[in-house]
Amino acid sequence: MKIVILGCGRVGATIATTMAREGHSITIIDRNADSFRRLGNDFVGETVVGNGLSGDTLKRAGVEQADAFVAVTNGDNRNIMSVQLAKVRFKVPKVVARIYDPIRAYAYSELGIDTVCTTCVSSGVMHDKIIGREYGSVDEYCRFGMDETPEVTND
Amino acid sequence: MTRKTPMYVIIVGGGKVGYHLSKELVREGHEVLLIEKDRKTADMLSEELGDMVVFGDGCEIRTMAEGGMGRANVVVAVTGDDEDNLVICQMAKRKFGVPRTLARVNDPNNEELFQELGIDQTVSSTRVIFNLLEQQIGSSQVIPLAALKKGEIEVVEADITPGSPVDGMRIGQIDLPANALIISVIREGHALIPHADTRLRQGDSVIAMIKADRESELRTIFTGEQS
Repeated sequence: MKIVILGCGRVGATIATTMAREGHSITIIDRNADSFRRLGNDFVGETVVGNGLSGDTLKRAGVEQADAFVAVTNGDNRNIMSVQLAKVRFKVPKVVARIYDPIRAYAYSELGIDTVCTTCVSSGVMHDKIIGREYGSVDEYCRFGMDETPEVTND
Repeated sequence: MTRKTPMYVIIVGGGKVGYHLSKELVREGHEVLLIEKDRKTADMLSEELGDMVVFGDGCEIRTMAEGGMGRANVVVAVTGDDEDNLVICQMAKRKFGVPRTLARVNDPNNEELFQELGIDQTVSSTRVIFNLLEQQIGSSQVIPLAALKKGEIEVVEADITPGSPVDGMRIGQIDLPANALIISVIREGHALIPHADTRLRQGDSVIAMIKADRESELRTIFTGEQS
């Protein structure tokens, strides 16, 4: 697969190096060239320096031919906007956004954007480790703690 | 200014745009809530504007719910970050059913995307200034002044410059496009209500109403340029 990753933090770099080793064609974007040091010397994919909210940057990264686009910057809203740009403008078939805020993650998954809420997932895994419960599914973890969130009312 | 039904307007982003917009809307009798996520800025704003200022992250659903987003008529997102403005408007629309959302677009390239993604209206100050500049320096001497009925009808201004085909003509002689109406002639700083015998001359500005799709015909008549 051809995969474009936005954000070369720990998560972005780990996805990039792992999937490149698996034989996928990887291009990773970050606005800071220093971030690419996380990829190590033997990374065989492409790196692009630029703003992931700009269509020009995504094009330079080859998003038009990409099978998947993954947004894992530190900003929830940056991730949300860039995956919509990839999906709507460049018709990338598979887009995934990492979102820290559980409510925003849930809201956008309802809108057809594939989201991973790492806050929920790591809290859920921690919880199950602590009490020694058998591990659940990712989808289950993505909803972890959501029952305690405030009720959205229209008044 | 016409009197309108008061609206409940939620503005996110307490920068210069958000601040002046809030003041203006309150003066016109609307109910306004201004959400600002920087504590210091929010404190400064509430010293002047009072209870209508709320400290909080306008992208957080909790802040939205507490601010009564569900009964807002309009949500205006004017922060300096396009991604925040997008998320504010999308959440307002989809989670709270706000009928009208308006986003400031800092990067003019994002305007089209925002509209594709369901934002009702976008404003890019870069685009606005660019359009104004283009009107001043471009070859076009027909300047749009206002758009009525969602842009179906335009009010335009055309200057009668040397070489204009209508210089010296009576208005009755001009072969205007269908549904075009000359509503005023500005001559030496005074607005005349013209009639068929009013003779146009160099230096006049003609104010006309016209269907937007016929504007280029009007340009040809007044400037002689084919578009």
